[in-house]
Amino acid sequence: MCLAVPGKVIEKRGNKAVVDYGGIRREADISLVDVNEGDYVIVHAGFAIQVLSKEDAEETLRIFQEMAENA
Amino acid sequence: MLQLRDKNIADEIIKKIKAIGLKLKIMHVCGTHQDTIVRHGLDVLLRNIGIEVIQGPGCPVCVTTTLEIQKAIELARNGVTIATFGDMLRVPAAGTSLQQIRAEGGDVRVVYSIDDAVKLAEKKEVVFLGVGFETTAPSTAVTLLNTPHNFSVLSFHRYIPPALDALLGMGEIKIDGIICPGHVSTIIGVEPYKPISAKYKIPQVIAGFEPLDILMAVYMIAKQIEEGRHEVENEYIRVVKPEGNLKAKEVLQKVFRPGDAKWRGFPNIPQSKMLIREKYEEYDAEKKYEDILETIEEAPEPKGCRCGEVLRGLIYPQECPLFAKVCKPSNPVGPCMVSIEGACNIEYRYKDD
Ligand code: SF4
Repeated sequence: MCLAVPGKVIEKRGNKAVVDYGGIRREADISLVDVNEGDYVIVHAGFAIQVLSKEDAEETLRIFQEMAENA
Repeated sequence: MLQLRDKNIADEIIKKIKAIGLKLKIMHVCGTHQDTIVRHGLDVLLRNIGIEVIQGPGCPVCVTTTLEIQKAIELARNGVTIATFGDMLRVPAAGTSLQQIRAEGGDVRVVYSIDDAVKLAEKKEVVFLGVGFETTAPSTAVTLLNTPHNFSVLSFHRYIPPALDALLGMGEIKIDGIICPGHVSTIIGVEPYKPISAKYKIPQVIAGFEPLDILMAVYMIAKQIEEGRHEVENEYIRVVKPEGNLKAKEVLQKVFRPGDAKWRGFPNIPQSKMLIREKYEEYDAEKKYEDILETIEEAPEPKGCRCGEVLRGLIYPQECPLFAKVCKPSNPVGPCMVSIEGACNIEYRYKDD
């Protein structure tokens, strides 16, 4: 099952990082991504698999919003 | 963080799909997509405007074959410690299951990630069941590259694009478009789907997991068909990069090579299974326990279970005569009712009331 909710990287410790999901903190392996503290990541089975870009997230929202407005 | 559940926007997208006015059958291959679709009633909503959405072979536990599960069971019977994700325990195979073997004294452990299994191996020899598509397999690959001790993997990992190709090639079912799995695509990117769109002239859209993502993907597919296009488009741009995750792809390539394999409900699918390369064969449980594993004969599928047809998108779970009568999550007959990513399980959970 894919966890769709992105988590925020709070602290890096080598290959691991503490990731915060709206208050719940879990450790994740970050060896598959280049990530900085403060970034949002998608985590799957204990491994971060992608860093979420803020620009693209906003772009998605913008497209959705546009759909509603152009109706 | 994202306002992706706005009801007004959903209504607008649905209006637009309706305006295109096409009757379509769309397949996706992801348990999490199915969860979103059924949980939010999108299946009913879309059916009302002529769009059928079905889950194909997109549940890793479900497509794992009976023979593969028998292998895990046989190792556990021989005193080997098995570590696996929870869903695998209850899949019936050859009249038993890993759970039953555990009750009989076998050492079968549930882990949440492969890291937990590696920790377990500090004390004793562990075999991890590598279940999952391109999303999960990189974690297995990275782990093996870190040369764990007392540790090997029974790889049931599989590639999604060959399964899509096989399904469309079989021609049993007419599908107008495919919603590609968000997190498999996070790893593999957009490119691997392109030959499939070209070969079968079928639109594909990579989608995220919110209701609006799904509706948007359906709209994008309908739009492509209306305009006579058959391309691979990416709706989930906030996560999926065109090139995918390069680091993850690299470790996959390093550790695994594609091999032919059966999937539950399917005949042999060429180049669809991730086999551990010879270089890492000390971590390959198929090699390590060859003497135990090579003697196993595949048991028949559970009697009456129609998982195979569910996985090929030929029937809905409710069309199986056992659904919700004999077969329930508390007493599953087949893996599609065991796994939380299985179509039967999802249908049962949300449609019971
Ligand atoms: S309802 Fe049960 S028996 Fe029927 S196809 Fe689904 S898992 Fe198999």
